[in-house]
Amino acid sequence: MTDASIALNRFGLGATPGDRPGADPKKWLIAQFDRFEPRPAAIAALPGSAQLCDELGQHSARDSQIRRQVNATKRAQRRAAARAAAAPSPAPDMAMGEAMTAPQTAPQTNVNPISEELRRAREEARAHYTEQTTARAQAAVTTSAPFVERLVHFWSNHFAVSADKLETIGLTGTLEFEAVRPHVLGRFGDMLNAVERHPSMLFFLDQAQSVGPNSPVVRASGRSGRKRGLNENLAREILELHTLGVRTGYSQADVTEFARAMTGWTIAGVDRRPPFLALGLTGEPGSFAFAAKMHEPGTRMILGKTWPQQGEAQAAAVLDMLAVHPATARHIATKLARHFAGDDPPPALVARLEAAFLKSDGDLPTVYRALVASPECWVPQPVKFKTPWEWTISVERALGAQQQRKGTVGLISQLGQPVWRPGSPAGWDDVAGSWAGPDAIMRRVEAAERIAQRTRDTLDPRARAAELFPGSLSDATAQAISRAESPSQGLALLLVAPEMMRR
Amino acid sequence: MFNRRKFIALGASAIATSAFGPKMVLARAATERRFVFIIQRGAADGLMTVAPVGDPAFVTQRDALAQDFVAAPKLDSMFALHPVLANIDGLYRARQALFVHAVASPYRDRSHFDGQNVLETGGTSAYSLKDGWLNRLLSLLPKDDDSAIALAASIPMALRGPVEVASYAPSALPDASDDLIARVSSMYQNDAQLHAAWEQATATRMLTSELAADNGRNAAATGALAAKLMAAPGGARIAMIETGGWDTHAQQRGRLTGQLRGLDAMVAALRDGLGPLWSDTLVLVATEFGRTVKINGTQGTDHGTGSVAMLLGGAVNGGRVEADWPGLADAQLYEGRDLRPTLGLDNLIHGALASHFNLSPVQTAATLFPDMKGGRLMRDLVRV
Repeated sequence: MTDASIALNRFGLGATPGDRPGADPKKWLIAQFDRFEPRPAAIAALPGSAQLCDELGQHSARDSQIRRQVNATKRAQRRAAARAAAAPSPAPDMAMGEAMTAPQTAPQTNVNPISEELRRAREEARAHYTEQTTARAQAAVTTSAPFVERLVHFWSNHFAVSADKLETIGLTGTLEFEAVRPHVLGRFGDMLNAVERHPSMLFFLDQAQSVGPNSPVVRASGRSGRKRGLNENLAREILELHTLGVRTGYSQADVTEFARAMTGWTIAGVDRRPPFLALGLTGEPGSFAFAAKMHEPGTRMILGKTWPQQGEAQAAAVLDMLAVHPATARHIATKLARHFAGDDPPPALVARLEAAFLKSDGDLPTVYRALVASPECWVPQPVKFKTPWEWTISVERALGAQQQRKGTVGLISQLGQPVWRPGSPAGWDDVAGSWAGPDAIMRRVEAAERIAQRTRDTLDPRARAAELFPGSLSDATAQAISRAESPSQGLALLLVAPEMMRR
Repeated sequence: MFNRRKFIALGASAIATSAFGPKMVLARAATERRFVFIIQRGAADGLMTVAPVGDPAFVTQRDALAQDFVAAPKLDSMFALHPVLANIDGLYRARQALFVHAVASPYRDRSHFDGQNVLETGGTSAYSLKDGWLNRLLSLLPKDDDSAIALAASIPMALRGPVEVASYAPSALPDASDDLIARVSSMYQNDAQLHAAWEQATATRMLTSELAADNGRNAAATGALAAKLMAAPGGARIAMIETGGWDTHAQQRGRLTGQLRGLDAMVAALRDGLGPLWSDTLVLVATEFGRTVKINGTQGTDHGTGSVAMLLGGAVNGGRVEADWPGLADAQLYEGRDLRPTLGLDNLIHGALASHFNLSPVQTAATLFPDMKGGRLMRDLVRV
């Protein structure tokens, strides 16, 4: 691969017709920092987490009301049944008559109002998910700052939330839009802070309901026996996935203590059941809220240090420390190096990025500059097998904006990587072993043929191939394309050529 | 009167029920005679379809796989039919089935793609001809003002050529075309990672379209659909049905049994669906090459050479097995491993089609298999 091809494909999202990295591809990459749009039109047009959380809140209120009604009806029925049992039994033919008329008097018994409300809320959430995934793909296909968009996708996967729960289906995209995009060219600590306070994350890793065992809420409800308690999920994943990295010296006691420090970090205005309303969190729906009554009081001991801060400030101080911790620097440096220089990241590159991170207190553009300046990222042979997301976006870009199709997001799912649904807080794997399987490649070939058939004879795949991989097209690929029986078959071959499968 | 729009509509609705089953291609021709070509992609094991149980080396060579034939119906003193082929056995008893054994196309290597290309083009080596013998057959038949039609995402090689064949893609998620698959294979040839994964992917693909899927119901549905389209007034006279899943490298016994059961159901559905037209019908079942005589280490067999071909239908002069049997003892095998071919598939095909469509064998030989080098013309395959 030439440097121009590397800039377009390894650092970028694949070339689009007219892309010219120029004489200095490194400069071209860094210049994208000024072009990047944190809120492109396609994303700005969508409802944000505030509106989505308000919808969830309305659902919660309706659900709560329906349950009350259902319970009241059940109680009334039980009372009526008890009265009927006490009364003398009716004549047999009368009972038959009653049985026959029963279906007409109660035709609505098949519809469970609780599941009906849930279905409606799910539908609403799915519609938002679809809009968001489509906007994400559109931003990626049309951006003029593909290197920075790639970094957005990198961080979004680093801070993965999965659209698996009702609360996260419609909110997943907003984490990327509201907490990642604005900070992708800022400090890691600011991004970390924004992410851990975002409703999508607070829901996904169960932080919103975590309650300190000695908090005022628990003490007040102790006699009524309501079971509410500590949830370690978010605290653990912050340490293991978001900052220090797994097996970096923290203990289970550190996890539990950090979880205690985080109690009270929750979301305003979504849960509209009475016990939550009693906390008096009056902020805008979806906004971060600190519920002092849920917080575990006292001084915490985490990673060998005491944290005497009280309330919200306690976990915030721990997060600030984690954001610039040497283990965090190493963890982030390793993942970035793996993303740009190969599945087994070169140790020298990792060390260099780690140093840049530590020296700048996690200033991300400083780290990105070190990345672009590193020779390990510019080795001529391809270093990464594209994920389904990367492949599909690069295919769309290769076809040019005029070829934009609906169904991109569905295709990515069929290829095995549904957008924002990794199913795990660890996010999607970033190694070839996860993506280069036989079935996955066959699916790409099938997809390529379908996509290419739609373009008919509108583009010359030989010229397009040369443009997408400047100076880097192999003879085998060029020959396969030029020998194709039709332009559309040539395009299909280009879309699954080794050059297109890797970066 | 038959019209194509109606034909497509019928095909579209009927094929929806078997969208993931085998693929089918049909062609019109102004003749009352029907011809169906069932291609077995993946190299079907002829030794397990029509087994030479009278050969003293059969049991020693095939060992555990020979168990299937303990109670199989005998066709003659040498051969027995696989026991799941009950309908085909019935055809044989009614003298409507003829098996040709130790048969092969001129292809002598062991690549599926190349072997299928030779089988379908009628050439003597892969990619030497650019069109298929079935398409060239159409050019010999009386002209009709309606063009031929293919029901598939892409037209298989055998039906490609100068005679126009319209096509209709039956499924929203068509498999990639065989041609693209073949080109991707050659593009990935020197790429270690992609080549290895791709080899596996194409092997799996052969198995996913297998006839055994859904207990043979897909196969029967495809046979019934083909019959329906061929029995319609003015309907298609020529059909090609592509079946995959014959590449049995491992655990062959169960897999092949399922495949054969599906084939038997497909043939029965064709016979039942065609009704009285069956007497004018010729069905050819053929594969690109056979499999090794010995069992491999995973209870399967690998790519070989000679195999069996079948002629089925009311038009067949059947009730016999045609074979110039070469023997299965080690010294008798082709390259020490395969059933030695002693009859030519091209001779069989052009001879049968010449009789079936009342054409001169000189003409069918020159048109269907222009590069054919001799071989004896096989006569009396079809009732005229």
